[in-house]
Amino acid sequence: MVPLLDRKLLFVTGKGGVGKSTIAASLALLAAEQGKKTLVCEVDAKGNLADFYEAGETSFAARELQPNLWAMSMNTEESLKEYLSLQLKIPFVAKIGPIARTFDFIANAAPGVKEILTIGKLTYEVRERNYDLVIVDSVASGHIVGQLTAPTGINELVQVGLVRNQTQWMMDILNDPAQTGVVIVSAPEEMPVAETIELAQRLDAETDIDLAAVIVNRVLPELFTEREEALFEAMRTPRKIDAISKAVGGAVKPVFDAAELAVTLRRTRAGHLATLREGLDPMLPMMFVPYLFTRTHGARATRRVAELLGEEL
Amino acid sequence: MAPRKPTDTDKARTLEQLLATKEIAISCGSGGVGKTTTAAAAAAMASVHLGGKVLVLTVDPAKRLANALGLERFGNTETQVPPSAFAAAGVEPRGELWAAMLDTKQSWDDLVRRHAPDAKTKDAILANSIYQNISGRFVQSHDYIAMERLYEIHTAGTYDLIVVDTPPTRNAMDFLEAPERMSDFFSSKLLRWLTAPSKNRVMSLASKPFYTVADRILGSQFLEDIAEFFTLFQSMAPGFVERADAVSRTLGDKRTTFLVVSTLEAAPLDEAEFFIGALEERKLHLGALILNKVLPSYLRRTASTPVAKKLISDPGSVSPALADLAEPADVERVLSTIGESFLNYQVVAKREAEQRAGLASSPEVVAAVPYFDADIHNLGGLLALGEKIWR
Repeated sequence: MVPLLDRKLLFVTGKGGVGKSTIAASLALLAAEQGKKTLVCEVDAKGNLADFYEAGETSFAARELQPNLWAMSMNTEESLKEYLSLQLKIPFVAKIGPIARTFDFIANAAPGVKEILTIGKLTYEVRERNYDLVIVDSVASGHIVGQLTAPTGINELVQVGLVRNQTQWMMDILNDPAQTGVVIVSAPEEMPVAETIELAQRLDAETDIDLAAVIVNRVLPELFTEREEALFEAMRTPRKIDAISKAVGGAVKPVFDAAELAVTLRRTRAGHLATLREGLDPMLPMMFVPYLFTRTHGARATRRVAELLGEEL
Repeated sequence: MAPRKPTDTDKARTLEQLLATKEIAISCGSGGVGKTTTAAAAAAMASVHLGGKVLVLTVDPAKRLANALGLERFGNTETQVPPSAFAAAGVEPRGELWAAMLDTKQSWDDLVRRHAPDAKTKDAILANSIYQNISGRFVQSHDYIAMERLYEIHTAGTYDLIVVDTPPTRNAMDFLEAPERMSDFFSSKLLRWLTAPSKNRVMSLASKPFYTVADRILGSQFLEDIAEFFTLFQSMAPGFVERADAVSRTLGDKRTTFLVVSTLEAAPLDEAEFFIGALEERKLHLGALILNKVLPSYLRRTASTPVAKKLISDPGSVSPALADLAEPADVERVLSTIGESFLNYQVVAKREAEQRAGLASSPEVVAAVPYFDADIHNLGGLLALGEKIWR
């Protein structure tokens, strides 16, 4: 299997709330600091990719945030303009008017138009070798298959025309595991685990695109060994709690309750992790990012996750 | 005792009061915050305490949740949660709880069957490949159809309260705008242009540059396919527009309220705030903000901080009191782990409290659900969660 960051195009997806954008931002930071010219592209128009680097707004035109790290956000209308001026040599200022006005309707009505403009732009950057690696903070797991199969779908629907000719090279890049891979971000909770397994199966059944890795985010640390846990339980009798409180000079019960909560959360999550492992191909690389007990979620957290991913890779 | 003076405002203070006065509650928020579970728990509580017929309409529930509601089949059919499930939870409900799951494809097909002018058009639409693409895969079609189903069930008048779980969207706003967008679309210039006889279209000077470009990009066959599809669809436009407008009105009706669900993490909370703003802008009724997975308040107690620190720095002062349990070294290791774990969770709990304090505007009801360490497997679990938000 091709090492993750040696590929050219990585789609990072996952169920909402698992930290997909954090992982995408951290992978890009890691690759850039390894000396790869990296583009990170936000596809969901939430516009908060910049928050992960605290480096200002991103737009369709890629911007270098730090050496080797470029960031952009997808805008399908801009992508269409770029495509028209590049591919059709249309002086778009003159003739784009009617298109711009009707674009939204077309894009909302014709299936796959927005998707193909997104995929087209990303694969174009790969084909032109503008970057060593393109990392996509992609749509959530429910929509990713639709997005990735857009070229195939368009290829079937559109019989002739430029778009049909264009879809072939996109598919060639997408379906080559040496170049393209999907990274599913998961979390040790019930729904993210279920969606990860389902997506892995759908990618296999409905696409020719390679699943490169599953990254499990927010893994809680193991607090105790089995023996230590037994000891912890023995300490939790009311009499012992009283004795400990006296010895430290303050109520110790809340502190013990917190440890009990941590143990229970960890145990529930370990069960979900086991389910995840069972549901995935044993050969599939899995990486684990621990839960960060930190105050912030900005550049500092992105860097921390990048370091942890670097150790896992 | 004198009867309590009625207040001059009829603002609800609890979810119970809120749902007692509403017929539709729409649960919304970003992905992964527990929208579906919250909707199901609220509906279950309403059926137990308020009575009447209560329906929870969900989009894509976890299998376990479906089982908890006694739903074995996916589909648009509404099924009653068996009274035995309540009995097993030790509860005697005043009303009935019903549940249904949204089948997008089936709902679209039903809509076409209802609005198609004749059988021929109906069959042609259902067989059209572009229609199949849109109804099956088209993301935005989910948003519209969820609201459409809600409208249909509500106007049928079968239920006293309908609690709806909204589909996972890229943007929580999408489903609010879906009916308007649908209505706009059918009355749009583009549609008229696409469905005009093709001779006129090609000849029309105004549209010629567009047609030329579109033709070069998409190929004329595809354009013709689209045109055929829209021509067919156009025949249903009046019904559709009227319907979409009615759906829009339902969302703004006095009997409808929105439950915004979030966790206290930054991203979902930002989205919740954004959504609350959007509801206000549209003059839609924000009924409650429900905060899920909130860490227990004892974690924020500052008096516990020095205790935890002492366990880390000086566990030796405690180990004599526990000499009967194990070797001092083992006891001390466990004690300092306990202290560290407390401090870790305290950081998160304080961060959450700051996030919560930072919420700009607040709805009538704010409820916090503590971290449930186990998953919900049955109606009893759902009701236990419901208890936390009900009063």
